[in-house]
Amino acid sequence: MTGFAVLLRKELTEAWRTRRLPLLAIMFVLIGLISPLTAKFLPDILKAALGDQAGSIPLPAADAAQAVLQLQKNLGQLGALAAIALAMGAVAGELDKGTAALVLAQPVGRSAFLAAKLVAIGVVLAIATALGIAVAWVYTAVLFELPSVGGWLALWGLTWLALFAYAALTLWASAATGSTTAAAGLGFVALIGLSLAAVVPAVERLLPAGLSGPAAQLATGATTDLDPAKLATAVGGSVVLIALAAVGASVAFRRREL
Amino acid sequence: MKINGLDTINPALLALLIPVAVIEIGLLLLAARDLLREDRRVRGDSKAMWAVIIVFFNLIGPVLYFLIGRQDGPADTTPGPGAMPGWGSPHDPPIVVPPAPERAPDAVRAALDAPRANRLPDAPPAIVVERLVRRYPGGVLALDGLELSVPAGSVFGLLGPNGAGKTTCLRLLAGLTHPTAGRAIVAGLDPAVDPLGVRGRLGYLEQDPRAYTWMTGREQLRLVGQLHGLGGAALEASIDDALGRVALRDAADRRAGGYSGGMRQRLGIAGALVHRPPVIILDEPVSALDPEGRRDVLGLIASLRGETTVLFSSHVLGDVERICDRVAILDHGRLVVEGSIEELLDRYAQPVWRIEAEPGEDAALDVLAGRLRLLPWVTAAAAEHGLLTVAVSDTGVAARELLPAVVAAGVAVVSVARARPTLEDVFLRLTGEREVAA
Repeated sequence: MTGFAVLLRKELTEAWRTRRLPLLAIMFVLIGLISPLTAKFLPDILKAALGDQAGSIPLPAADAAQAVLQLQKNLGQLGALAAIALAMGAVAGELDKGTAALVLAQPVGRSAFLAAKLVAIGVVLAIATALGIAVAWVYTAVLFELPSVGGWLALWGLTWLALFAYAALTLWASAATGSTTAAAGLGFVALIGLSLAAVVPAVERLLPAGLSGPAAQLATGATTDLDPAKLATAVGGSVVLIALAAVGASVAFRRREL
Repeated sequence: MKINGLDTINPALLALLIPVAVIEIGLLLLAARDLLREDRRVRGDSKAMWAVIIVFFNLIGPVLYFLIGRQDGPADTTPGPGAMPGWGSPHDPPIVVPPAPERAPDAVRAALDAPRANRLPDAPPAIVVERLVRRYPGGVLALDGLELSVPAGSVFGLLGPNGAGKTTCLRLLAGLTHPTAGRAIVAGLDPAVDPLGVRGRLGYLEQDPRAYTWMTGREQLRLVGQLHGLGGAALEASIDDALGRVALRDAADRRAGGYSGGMRQRLGIAGALVHRPPVIILDEPVSALDPEGRRDVLGLIASLRGETTVLFSSHVLGDVERICDRVAILDHGRLVVEGSIEELLDRYAQPVWRIEAEPGEDAALDVLAGRLRLLPWVTAAAAEHGLLTVAVSDTGVAARELLPAVVAAGVAVVSVARARPTLEDVFLRLTGEREVAA
C-alpha cells in the first residue's frame, strides 16, 4: 500500500499534537486508578451509607478480583465510548475539512489512507489501555495482592481487542456516511446492539463482549474455569468483526466523492 | 529538534522531561523492589504512596506537554540550499542552486512579459480528453462529451461560467472522481485506470485548498514530498525552493491553522510544485490572493512554460489572457472553443466600443444598452459599474451612429472610445454572459 508508512506516521503525530492520545491516556489512567480504589472502599462506603441495613445486603468483596471487575466494567463503558469518539471523525472529519482530498490527490491509495487511520487508532488505544491497566495493576498490588503479570497482559490484550472492534465499526460508519455525527450514532448503536446480542450465550462467545469473562479469569488467576474454546471464538469473532469493518470501510470509501 | 521528519520538540521541554523520566524510572525500580519483596515488610501505606508517586510522574509528562510543548520550538529560519533541477523525474539528484528569492518583481515581470510560443500547439499533448462525460447522482450533467487537448509544456487556461464543468474536469484528470463515460490521458496514463500513476506525475491544487491546521507549512510540504517518494536533503531543498517560489519562507515554520486564505493558496501551490511533476493542474490558483500575490503567482506559472505543462482554471479573464498559450472555453459541460489567444481574438472578437458614464448614470446606461441591442449593427451591449460595452458588426456605421444614440439617450458621458477586443469579449460572446461584461 503506497504511502501507508508516511500516513501512519502522520496519523500518530496528529494524535499526539491534537491531544487525542494524551487525553485518552489520562482518561484511561484515571480509570485504572479509580477502579481498584472503588473495589477497596466500596464495601466501606456502602456500610457507611446503609448503616444498620448493611448486614441484610450482600456486599461485594474487597479483593483483587473485584478490582478487575471494576476495571473491566469501567473500560467496557467509558473505554468503549472513548473508542467510538476516537474513530468517529477519523474519515468524516478529513472529508469535512477537505484535507482528505489534499492527501488523496497524491499517489496514495484510499485503502492505504484508511489502513493508516485504523492502525493509528489501534496504536492509540493500545497505548492508552496499557497505561490504564498498568496503573490499575500497581494499585491492585498496593491495595490487595500482587497480581499475575501474564494474566494482566492478557487482560490488556483482550480489552484492547474489544475496544478496537468498536472503534473499527465506528470507522466504517465514518467512511460510509462522511458525517462525524452519524458515525458516532452508528458506533453507539453498534455498541448497544452487540451488548444486547451478547445476552444470548451462544452469540456472546462470538462477540467482543465474550472476551471479558476469559480476560477476568486470566487476570485473577481463576483459570480452572477458563473455557479455551470460548476465548478462541471470541477472539476470532472480534478479529473477523474488525476485518469486516476494514473491508466495509474500504468499499464504502472507494465509492465516495471527495 | 525534528523527530521523524515531522515533529518538533521544544528543547526546554526536553530538558525537563529527561530528569522526570530518570526520576520516574528510579521510582519504578524502588516500587518494584518493595512490591516484590517476599517478606512484605513494607506497609500498605507506603505501597500506596509509591503508587501515587508513580501515577503523579506518569501524569507530569502530558501536563508539561500542555504547558510547554504546544509552543513551537525555535523556528529554523536559516534558508537551506535551494535546489531546482528543472522539472525532470522527482528521483533525479538535485542540482543545488541558490535559493529562489522571494517576490522577485523583475523576474515576475519578465516571465509575464515573455512572448508566448505559438509553436506549442504542435507539441505532443500532455493531456488528452476524449468524449468525457460526468453525470452526478441526481442526474446533473457536469461534463457532456468534453474534448480537449493540452500541448506539453504549455500554459493552458480553462475558462467557463459558473457550473460549466471546469472543476469537475480538473478533478477527473486528477483521478479524484470517475467519469461516467469517455476517457482522459494525463502524462501518458489514464486516471480512471491508473489513478496512482497519474497522481505521481501530477501536481494538483484544489479550489479553496485546505491544510492540516496542526502542521506547519513546511511539514505539510514534507508530507506531500514523502508521499511522492522523496526524502532526505533533496526533499528539504525542494521544499525550500517551493516555499521561496510562492513567497512563504517566512511563515513556513508556523502552524497552517494560522494562515490566511491567500497563504493557504500559496501553500497549496507549493505543494503542487514540490515534487517537480511534469503536469500541474491548478483550480482557480489566484482566487484568494491579493493583487501583489496574484501577480507573483501568475509570474510563477508563466515561468514554468516550456518546462512543465500547466492547466489551470480561472474566472479572471485578464489573468488567463496575460499568461496562457492556449485557452479552452467550456459551457454546460461542453467545449465551446479552443485555441491560442490570438486565434480566438482573430476568429471571434468583434469591434468593441466602451462608453464610460458619469457617476450616478447607471440607470440611464441600462436604458441605453437596451436601445442599442435593438439596432441591427449592434451584436451585444452590456452595462456594469458605469461602463457600457458595445460589440458591433459594422465599425463604419458604429462610428457614425453610436455617438448620436448616446446623446439622444441623455447619458452624461466621460468618454466614448473604440477598444481593442479582449478575451473577455470573446468569452462573453461565446457563452452569452452579457451581464458580467465590464
